[in-house]
Amino acid sequence: MTRPHLSPLHSPAAATPAGPRRWLDRRRLVHGALLALMLLAPVAADLLGEVYYVNLASRIALVAMAAVGLNLAIGFGGMISFGHAAYFGLGGYVAGISAYHAFDGSLVMGLPGSDDMRVIWLAAVLLCGLLALAIGAISLRTTGVYFIMITLAFAQMVYYFATSWPDYGGEDGLPIYLRNSLPGVDTQDALSFFLICFAGLMLSLALTSRLMKSRFGAALTMARLNETRLATAGISPFPIRLVAFVVSAMITGLAGALYADLNGFVSPSMLSWQLSGELMVIVILGGVGRLYGPLAGAILFVMMETLLGGLTEYWTFFLGLVLLGVVLFARQGVIGWLAGSERHG
Amino acid sequence: MSVTLLIEQLINGLQLGTMLFLMASGLTLVFGVMGLINLAHGSFYMVGAYVTALTTASTGSFLLGLAAGVLAAAAAGAIVELLVIRRLYGRQHLDQVLATFALILIFSEGTRWLFGSSPLWLSPPEALSGSVALPGGARYPVYRLVIIAVGVAVAAGLYLLIAHTRLGMRIRAGESDREMIGALGVNIRRLYTLVFALGAALAGLAGSLVGALQAVQVGMGEPVLILAFVVIVIGGIGSIKGALLGALLVGLVDTLGRVLLPALFGQFMAPSEAAGAGTALAAMLIYILMAVILAFKPQGLFAAHD
Repeated sequence: MTRPHLSPLHSPAAATPAGPRRWLDRRRLVHGALLALMLLAPVAADLLGEVYYVNLASRIALVAMAAVGLNLAIGFGGMISFGHAAYFGLGGYVAGISAYHAFDGSLVMGLPGSDDMRVIWLAAVLLCGLLALAIGAISLRTTGVYFIMITLAFAQMVYYFATSWPDYGGEDGLPIYLRNSLPGVDTQDALSFFLICFAGLMLSLALTSRLMKSRFGAALTMARLNETRLATAGISPFPIRLVAFVVSAMITGLAGALYADLNGFVSPSMLSWQLSGELMVIVILGGVGRLYGPLAGAILFVMMETLLGGLTEYWTFFLGLVLLGVVLFARQGVIGWLAGSERHG
Repeated sequence: MSVTLLIEQLINGLQLGTMLFLMASGLTLVFGVMGLINLAHGSFYMVGAYVTALTTASTGSFLLGLAAGVLAAAAAGAIVELLVIRRLYGRQHLDQVLATFALILIFSEGTRWLFGSSPLWLSPPEALSGSVALPGGARYPVYRLVIIAVGVAVAAGLYLLIAHTRLGMRIRAGESDREMIGALGVNIRRLYTLVFALGAALAGLAGSLVGALQAVQVGMGEPVLILAFVVIVIGGIGSIKGALLGALLVGLVDTLGRVLLPALFGQFMAPSEAAGAGTALAAMLIYILMAVILAFKPQGLFAAHD
């Protein structure tokens, strides 16, 4: 589809043609409502003693956070990565492997394991960044369909490595017997853990927002819209894209580390191509390149999974139909429909 | 490492290569002519395998089953093109990926709904169930050799079709300039449906043939699909020649790597570690191959166009 010429940025100021925005408009209202719902629903569930729903909210928050990472690549950077499960799963494996070694006191590559979440998060972010740096450096030499397929292929490489490497459970996965710890917080408590996940989500949203409002964000937008024009301005698109790709992977990886802790389990299914696809679906359902799109998409996706999954075993059949309908007929995504159009094409 | 084992694995690699070619040629044709990336290609592979297994089970004739499988895959392809794919030409790749991802969900869950999760079984026909002696004394199943022969025949047929028929001429014209052949009065919509159905039929043929070697089950198409992606990325998207070369390369490297690497690592490692490291590396080998090729030729070996 051709893209119409558009405003240089999707910063609020650029998006409204008619002067400065009012402090409270429809868009902010919708975003605020989403966040409030996200925060208050599990608090209420916890008060009612419904731990299941608190954990469901944690799941939504983490899936949304992973999708926020992917949205930075796809939506803001125009890099259609079909391999973000690699980072999600790697983050998960960092949490699993670190806990495993902390549990039996053995060393991993000369380092002791740790069940401190802060150590795990740091390691997950760094390792995902390194992996994305390597994959991005090769994949970003290509464009279009090649990029989609190459990112997919690299993620499959990581997947097959995980299934065939026997030390950490191979195909069976690796259990985390006791949720990793954070000083001053009872991570076993469902609501406390949800708040950690929610903080992670907020952090990733804030980071993306700051990034896209900076000079870097302007350059990234221009790299997506018109590479030549960016180059004319004396900025090489490749490093800009690579940095965005790496940051995107780091966010998704951190979400993965938390996700493994939520489930107490990490397995190659966290690395599977289906998961990459689902993350893409969430980004699209919510609205591509919209800051809050992934959150709306994640809420919709997990709710559909829970509700339809309760009605029929074959819920993904209906997910397929819904998705097909969205792609063919409703390309703005949920956020576009709720909060008004901000971006076309 | 005995020579016999090596020869056996070499033939296995060729067989995987021909299978991958059947899948990859359809993908690359569809991309070359219509500029469409189709994730649901693996679903046609599954349709072919299911219809062949069911028809063979009810009629007792593998040949009849094979024909039914290929026709069903072609029909499924034509229907999907008319209903969905047609709306995706000229859309962004992202839309194409998502819509065809949705098609995978619909096909896979639909099949599970109709036939359940337990796999169907399909045996090779009686006449081909024997084995022949290889040089060195080992026996090799005839059926696998027949698959290779079918693959070679299809490759030759595809070459003749594309190089020497009117349809082939239109396909080639479509690859180089879509608008122009439309302007010249070729019914481009029918051509697209035809090309898509042809690709689906090739995938169905691959599924039908392989169905006799492994379990026929939901999700069988996607691992092959991803390998086929690697093949066309290596070969150059849109190039049939590239698909053939890429398929053979991937088939041989993957099969031989799984045998040779653990043995190679065994030379300087403890046997248990060598098996683990060798297997893990072998599983990644084709992706490493792809990365290396792309590092030097970002457009693949035979770049057509993007």
